[in-house]
Amino acid sequence: MNDSQASHHSTSEVDEHRRNFIGASAALAGLTVAPGVVVYGLAHAKPDSEPVTNKVRWGLLVDATKCAEGCTDCVTACHTENAIQTGALETDPHWIRKVELKDMRTGRSQSLPVMCQHCEDAPCVDVCPTGASFKRADGIVLVDRHICIGCRYCVMACPYKARSFIHETLTDQNPDVPRGKGCVESCTMCVHRVDRGQQPACVEACSKAGHNAIIFGDLNDPNSDIAQRVAGHPTSQLRADLALNPGVRYEGL
Amino acid sequence: MMLRLSNRMWKWAAGILAVLLLSVGAYAASSTTDKVSRTAKPEIVIDRSKSGDKCVEETSFMRKNHMKLLMHQRDETMHKGIRTEKHSLKKCISCHASSKDDSVLGSNEHFCQGCHTYAAVKLDCWECHASKPKQAAPGAAPAVAATVPAPAAKVGAELK
Repeated sequence: MNDSQASHHSTSEVDEHRRNFIGASAALAGLTVAPGVVVYGLAHAKPDSEPVTNKVRWGLLVDATKCAEGCTDCVTACHTENAIQTGALETDPHWIRKVELKDMRTGRSQSLPVMCQHCEDAPCVDVCPTGASFKRADGIVLVDRHICIGCRYCVMACPYKARSFIHETLTDQNPDVPRGKGCVESCTMCVHRVDRGQQPACVEACSKAGHNAIIFGDLNDPNSDIAQRVAGHPTSQLRADLALNPGVRYEGL
Repeated sequence: MMLRLSNRMWKWAAGILAVLLLSVGAYAASSTTDKVSRTAKPEIVIDRSKSGDKCVEETSFMRKNHMKLLMHQRDETMHKGIRTEKHSLKKCISCHASSKDDSVLGSNEHFCQGCHTYAAVKLDCWECHASKPKQAAPGAAPAVAATVPAPAAKVGAELK
């Protein structure tokens, strides 16, 4: 009797959460096809108490044709969100950097952001001797600083130069993003925001700047914006020859 | 012969004198201040207007087991993305930060530092984690605790 009551209670809690979520996403996305039919591009926020699952694979799609040369809004937003102080030393961390490419024969130049590519078969996870470098079930590659010993094998192994080592004592961290001396770190795809149902800071900043060059979403959900773009347009992976199946894809490279 | 004897005697005399002096000193100290051999208990002030009446678990349970709860929650959050507030470090800080400077560190009156100094247990959470709750966005209304006089409670008394 008690059990059935308890389960009934928890179900109604879940229902309430779903209702709240659908309401919130409708307000956010504001895309109503017909009364009662809502298309929402924003990914599903999970309840705080539920673990992440591999039904979701978070990914980013960077449209290099829309990325503006000289614009560093994504980098600035990343630094603000994750309380990264830079500008002093060569050893400053970079979670995301703007890369300018130029074809010397034709003179065509391109600009694109490069961050942790959140590989399915991540070399950093392979080489980590302590298990600190790991891939979450939803495809986000992270460093568990509680276990990281700062050996920097992952820095060597990453073909994208995505990882940084923290050499100096840090202060004024964002309570959502603990960071400290002696550990390796990299782009977390703003995991603290993603778990709340928000988009990564760089994606938000890029759309605020009007470029919409980075989109975020669930690659496993065929209805998501990102999955449809990847299915319908030619996109490429950086260093596809390594067969790492990164979660970050590029369009127009 | 005389010299050797007196050497040995001097050593004995010095030893006896040292013991006498120490015991006299200890007696004098114990008669002037009581409990000289004990470290003073921390006097931590908890801002009840912020934290409410109760901790997330019984106080006696938390004193013994908070580290286990935090360790468990840390792995759940890091690896599984479970972000329930109840046993999270962020929740500890948001309730227990000092009303003076909004931190759990800084002096022996502060919640975390006070007890950990008393117990001589090194704290390394703060090398990465922020010791203050997340600041409200600039321009937002000030926190209630700043305007309402806070009924304070001393924990030091309970510890005895």
